[in-house]
Amino acid sequence: MSHPSKISGNFFTQDGKGTSPFRLIRNSLLTGLCISLSMLALLPLFSIVMLVVKKGMPLMSPALFTELPPPPGLEEGGFANAIIGTVIMVGIALVLAIPLGILAAIHITEYEPSSLLSKAVRFVAKLLNGIPSIICGVFAFAAIVMTMRSFSAFAGGIALSILILPTILLTAEQALLDVPNAYREASLGLGATPFQTIFRIVLPDALPTIMTGVMLAVARAAGETAPVLFTALFSANWIHSIMEPTASLSVLIYNFAALPFDYQVKMAWSASLILVTLVTVTNVLAQLFFSPKHR
Amino acid sequence: MTSIPEFSRRPLELADDFAPGEINFMKVEDFSFFYGKKQALHGINLTIPSRKVTAFIGPSGCGKSTLLRNFNRMNELIPCIRHEGDISIHGTSIYDPSVEVIALRRRIGMVFQKSNPFPMSIYENIVYPLRIAGERNRAVLDEAVERCLRSAALWEEVKDRLHESAIGLSGGQMQRLCIARAIASRPEILLMDEPCSALDPIATAKVEELIIELKKEFTILIVTHNMHQASRVSDLTAFFYLGSLVEFDKTQKIFTNPAKQQTEDYITGRFG
Amino acid sequence: MGGNSIAKGSPGPINRGYRPRPDFFRFSCFLASALTVALLALILGEILYKAWPAINKFGLGFLSGVQWSPNRGVFGVLPVLIGTAASSLLALLFALPLGLAIAVFLSENFLPRPVRQFIRFMVELLAAIPSVVYGLWGIFVVVPLVQQYGAVLADKLGFLPLFAGPAYGNSLLTASLVLALMVLPTITAISRNSLVAVPPTLREGAYALGATRWETILGVILPTAAPGIVASTILSFGRAMGETMAVAMLIGNSQRLSCSLLSPSNTLSALLANQFAEAEGIQVSALMYAAVILVIMTLAVNIAGEAVLRRTQRSLVGLK
Repeated sequence: MSHPSKISGNFFTQDGKGTSPFRLIRNSLLTGLCISLSMLALLPLFSIVMLVVKKGMPLMSPALFTELPPPPGLEEGGFANAIIGTVIMVGIALVLAIPLGILAAIHITEYEPSSLLSKAVRFVAKLLNGIPSIICGVFAFAAIVMTMRSFSAFAGGIALSILILPTILLTAEQALLDVPNAYREASLGLGATPFQTIFRIVLPDALPTIMTGVMLAVARAAGETAPVLFTALFSANWIHSIMEPTASLSVLIYNFAALPFDYQVKMAWSASLILVTLVTVTNVLAQLFFSPKHR
Repeated sequence: MTSIPEFSRRPLELADDFAPGEINFMKVEDFSFFYGKKQALHGINLTIPSRKVTAFIGPSGCGKSTLLRNFNRMNELIPCIRHEGDISIHGTSIYDPSVEVIALRRRIGMVFQKSNPFPMSIYENIVYPLRIAGERNRAVLDEAVERCLRSAALWEEVKDRLHESAIGLSGGQMQRLCIARAIASRPEILLMDEPCSALDPIATAKVEELIIELKKEFTILIVTHNMHQASRVSDLTAFFYLGSLVEFDKTQKIFTNPAKQQTEDYITGRFG
Repeated sequence: MGGNSIAKGSPGPINRGYRPRPDFFRFSCFLASALTVALLALILGEILYKAWPAINKFGLGFLSGVQWSPNRGVFGVLPVLIGTAASSLLALLFALPLGLAIAVFLSENFLPRPVRQFIRFMVELLAAIPSVVYGLWGIFVVVPLVQQYGAVLADKLGFLPLFAGPAYGNSLLTASLVLALMVLPTITAISRNSLVAVPPTLREGAYALGATRWETILGVILPTAAPGIVASTILSFGRAMGETMAVAMLIGNSQRLSCSLLSPSNTLSALLANQFAEAEGIQVSALMYAAVILVIMTLAVNIAGEAVLRRTQRSLVGLK
């Protein structure tokens, strides 16, 4: 039937070499190694979550959320003032950073996408994102604490606002960039002003993504310690004014973690549980809300 | 099973002067292919002789690329695929449990629609298939580089810059480099998936010349959109439509006197 | 689209209904942009201004000084600089293999997609956990571990300066281990992005030449993604240098020079965290000086990382 050809026997091992078993074994070994290293890396995460839940749960009670921290040695009380302090400082940070970040993002995407200033803004936002969080604290210390001669929630809020500004600005920029240009063209083509286009068409479309960025920023700011450590300091009392030293959950963890008193250490774990729950919930929500609808 | 055009069951009558190689070199038997639930190929029967250029033509989505990518089992990189029927080469099924897919791919070179040189030097690109097979002898590697580049008609153009990055070459040169790389492990068969679709006319002409030159050594299967190209380079042509093989014959016959109305309509540009 | 119906008959002047007015909104957007840029300058200026007395007084000797004793007014940050570099480098050493493994794992289809997505989410969560919680966890988990096994190490390998005893729980090693965990998400995310950005045609090309999966990964995909992986490493280095709370809680805060991984050490950011609240006079200025150094170092590393990342993206365009 077939004409003679140089091929004879099994076509697939014609060059005399089957695949060497070494290559196949190495392939499986590397796959196994890769999967096990990946799992290994998750081990600490499970350890953290489990420990935080296990050690943080026992103290969970209404008292924790309504009472002041106890003096050393006493086994009662809560960290209501620290929760209030954290909420106030994150609030200050949001009030400052949200308008600034979103307006700047609108400027660099909607009005002057390629101007020198816009390029500078993008660059600065990336750099601000990269500077250590403690530098935000150092700046607030230098600019506010040293000037006012007092540690304050205000200084802590300023430090946190610098911390979250790049997050908000960059996610807002991305959200605006994700709005299809056809929407803008349609709106402008119908005779809308740029302002109307931004407020009626572009922002509503970008809003879910921007909100995601804000949510992540809130979670991050609530857990950050370094910026508030020596700007808001700490306080064992209720807050009366934003110009006085203020407690926060994160600084409470830091201050109480190494104390020799069992109850304080338990409080640190409970505060950790609250913060970890907060970041987990916001991350899950962000995952759900962040719909890649235009891609 | 879907109905199979009856003519494809009879072996192709090839004149003696036409066939110095092996007539039943590659056999596709009742081959169907599915992406998930979607059937892409319907009961294909095809017998491809060795040392010939066989062109697969047909409109987009007709299954010609899908079939081509089954010969070296590249489709298996996609999840949820399934096939029925068989493809055999020189009497051995490519789906035989004893066939390693890696050995199979070493015997079947492939050239892609978009040239895909690795971001390494020209030299390293060509010796890549040898290196992964464990070849360390410098002399063997050097010899292979020159042999392959000469076969791909690229040697004169790049012999002085073998160790420069392959990414700096022109589009046509990159595609010929990929052809050189595909033949480095001395395969028997070359699969070409629209190898000229991203090239300008001059580069295309060079690659076509090369294909005609290469069929002395290799059995070449080429998928093309360009019917002129099929008529210029191929000895046999298979016309596919909607996942079925409509007609398979000598290229000259297909282009001058096709048996099926559909083929004639496509060739003369009435659809597709 | 609907242009035809609008164009039909609208009498009156062409600019009917349009009242030109100053665009306050546009101006406030511009102002926000300008403020953002000014903010960085303000931060740098303010810190530099407050650091000036110390810069004036100690000059470059500040960098080479090995003593930090506020009581005697002597300030030198050499041990702290070394501690910063050492802890960050060690952290990278631990995190890089793990981060790369996860990045490869996430970009290959070893396991079904939902599993990979879950693991990706977990790694992102790792980035979201507050630094101070890592510190707390480190105190209770890593410190005892390092104390226990560090003693064994010091016992067996103590003749090497790197493992010289006595072994402390709060040590350079402890801080580096926890730091490694904290930079893992950065390495993973950027490396994964650059792996995913490798054109699929290269993968197909390697498979078609008869390469196994790992020959393709190690020989083609990782080298193609290498610049992005380098960028991820640089950016993680920057992040590790600036990480504060966990380090401050775990490193032992000692300004003594030591070669041993098992000894306490200190970093710039931990120094700031520990001393600012109670600092006075020239010490505040010296701390500001240390902050200036930290800012310069992290900015330099971040700019370098961004530059590499940008070049990577450009070179990948060349491949497509």
